[in-house]
Amino acid sequence: MSTCCCKNNECQPKREAWVIGEIETPAGKVPILGTRLTFHDVLGALKVRFAIGRHTYTVQPGLYAIGKPTAESPVFVSANYKLSFDHLRYALGGTDGWVMVLDTQGINVWCAAGKGTFGTEEIVNRVQQTKLDQVVTHRKLIVPQLGAPGVSAPEVARQCGFSVVYGPVRAEDIPFFLENNFTAIPEMRRVRFALRDRIAVIPVELIIWFKQALILAAVLALLSGFSRDGYSLAHAPHAFGLVFAAWLTGGAIVPMLLPFIPGHAFSLKGVWAGLLLWVMLGSANLMGTAPLIELGWGMLITAIVSFMALNFTGTSTYTSMSGVKKEMKIAIPLQLVAVLCGTVLIVLGGLS
Amino acid sequence: MMRHLKNVATLKLDIETCTGCGLCIAVCPHAVFALADSKAHIIDLDACMECGACARNCPVSALSVDSGAGCASGIIKGLLNGSGECCCDKGNGCC
Repeated sequence: MSTCCCKNNECQPKREAWVIGEIETPAGKVPILGTRLTFHDVLGALKVRFAIGRHTYTVQPGLYAIGKPTAESPVFVSANYKLSFDHLRYALGGTDGWVMVLDTQGINVWCAAGKGTFGTEEIVNRVQQTKLDQVVTHRKLIVPQLGAPGVSAPEVARQCGFSVVYGPVRAEDIPFFLENNFTAIPEMRRVRFALRDRIAVIPVELIIWFKQALILAAVLALLSGFSRDGYSLAHAPHAFGLVFAAWLTGGAIVPMLLPFIPGHAFSLKGVWAGLLLWVMLGSANLMGTAPLIELGWGMLITAIVSFMALNFTGTSTYTSMSGVKKEMKIAIPLQLVAVLCGTVLIVLGGLS
Repeated sequence: MMRHLKNVATLKLDIETCTGCGLCIAVCPHAVFALADSKAHIIDLDACMECGACARNCPVSALSVDSGAGCASGIIKGLLNGSGECCCDKGNGCC
């Protein structure tokens, strides 16, 4: 939902629903933001949680006002992903301040900081473009802590004269931060990955793997059709069912139960979840009719769950690149072997 | 607290250079550092996710870390395309 109709900023952006007025400043008029979330904002947040229009859920970068700010009011820096922006303006209800939205190409603060789009250069440019030095008399920017991987506070100060103060991780802690003399307590500086956070990412996790799961299921359904009596697609529903069960386990059960599954490596957690699924389906006689076929499918679903679990490292909030690379070196070859052997076993099992 | 693999983080602190300003403590999302005797100390290396916030903000460059996204899909894409290890590219899956 970009607000400008052309790239070179010649046209006037149209007024968005979250803008409730305008305030006059020495640097020109600045839109005032509403701090209540409407039905549309809540619906929009829900949609992106289901991967609908996630990459175009943006707001116009620039300077905005909250309440009735003065030249002494604090300046909060945000990303132009509307979900981040909405969290901030909602948390700032009852505060007077300025919000400087960076152009992070619609990516949230933490991911954008990792890529550097939420970074020193963009902050310095945005300060100059919004003529922030004319709007406020102080020289302080409140940057969300999760922006820090992309921002060098000493560099920002050197390049534009504004000193960076890192705010809390979560926008909801900003009122406390403001009352506590611009200091966050250690608890507010930590990133968690609580059950509610993990549940919130499940829909996107399932949706991004759906296509791959469908293709894999189709291939396996075709390959499981060979038998001594010729070719038949009678086993196709079985193949789709098993891949679907593995997809659900890797995309929903593993994220949900992450801390309770043994092991530190995500791929290993996936192996345990996959084996458990195998045992459960096996005890319900859903793994296939012949021992070879059961073994083949067991290896396949374990590999699928393990691979999806490994990829959940990117969504999780605590894995390092060194750690992920280390587990990938062992996990990926084993997963590939399991998929190949499993597939061969299914075909052989059908033919025997 | 959830933990990934032990003894892998590439984070290093040069304690001689450190001025004890505490900025690394403020930016670290996993409480890896603590201040003692006017110096920062790494108290929980295995909690480090190599986001790079501390090293980027350290005013005296006392910190170094091989930073990047701990994201398997991103690393796979990086290996396949030979570029960009982050997983947050527009138009694709995660984050």
